[in-house]
Amino acid sequence: MSGYDKLTVGQHLSLEKSPITTEQLVRYAGASGDFNRIHYDEPFAKAGGFPSVIAHGMLTLGFFGELLGQFVERGAEIKRLHSRFRAVTFPGDVIRCDAEVVAVDQVAQTVELSLRACKSDGTVTVEGGATLCRK
Amino acid sequence: MSELSRYREHIGRTAPPLVLEVERGHVRRFVEAIGDTNPIYVDEPAARAAGFERIPAPPTFATALRPPDPRQGLDIDFRKVLHAEQEFVFARPIFVGDRLTVQAKIVVADVKAGRSGVMDRLVVETGACDEKGAPVYVARSTVMVRR
Repeated sequence: MSGYDKLTVGQHLSLEKSPITTEQLVRYAGASGDFNRIHYDEPFAKAGGFPSVIAHGMLTLGFFGELLGQFVERGAEIKRLHSRFRAVTFPGDVIRCDAEVVAVDQVAQTVELSLRACKSDGTVTVEGGATLCRK
Repeated sequence: MSELSRYREHIGRTAPPLVLEVERGHVRRFVEAIGDTNPIYVDEPAARAAGFERIPAPPTFATALRPPDPRQGLDIDFRKVLHAEQEFVFARPIFVGDRLTVQAKIVVADVKAGRSGVMDRLVVETGACDEKGAPVYVARSTVMVRR
C-alpha cells in the first residue's frame, strides 16, 4: 500500500491473527483493566451459558487498531472507530480482519473504511467502520 | 413500550473523574496482549519517523484508561453481560505522557428485544480531556444484559 493520498475506493487490507489463547485473554484483561471473569474463569463462563471462556470483543477491535496502524504509519490519523460485536470468540479461534476503503473525500481529506472480522469458518464476529483524516 | 429498563433511574448517573497518566509500559503491555508489533507504540525514533512528536497509543488503548464505573453498585450479573457495540471519536491521538482527566456517565438505559429474549441495554459514555481542558476522545460502550 502506498501513501495516504493514494488511497482509492475499493482498496483493502487484511490481517490474519494467530489463534486466540487463554493466556492472551489474561494478558488483555490485565492490560485493558477488563477483569470480567467470563474472559478467564471457565466455570464462571459455563454458568453464563458459554462452552468456555470468551474473548473480549475489544481484543478483536484491538486487531483492527493493528490493521489501521498501517494507515497511521503513512500519515493518517484515526478520527472515529466503531463496531458491533456479532458473535463471541473462543480460545482457538483464528480471526481475520478486513478493511475496505468505501469513500474518499478529497476536499475534507477524509477516508471511510468498512471493517469486518471473521472466524475461519466464516462466522462474522465484528462489523464496523473507521474514519481517517490527514495527520 | 411494555417493558421498562431495570436501570432507568440511573440514566445520567456520573461517576467521579480520575486523572490518569498514559504510561509507556502500560501501552507496551497493551500492544503485546493484542500481538501488535508496530514499533511506533514502543519506540520513540519509530514514532518520530511516522510523524509523531511522542509515542502514540493505539486507538483502542482508550479502553484501558478506566475511570470509576458509573455502573458500580447496580445489580448486574456479569455472566449475562455482552459487549454489543463500541465507538471511539478522537479529537487527537492519545500519547505516552498525556495526563488525561477521564470521566464516565450512563447515557442510555433501555430495553431491547434480541434473539434470546428481552435484554437491558446500557450505554456508558467516557470522555477524556487533556491538561489544557481540550477534549481528546469520547468512547461509547454499549452492553446488553441478558435477563
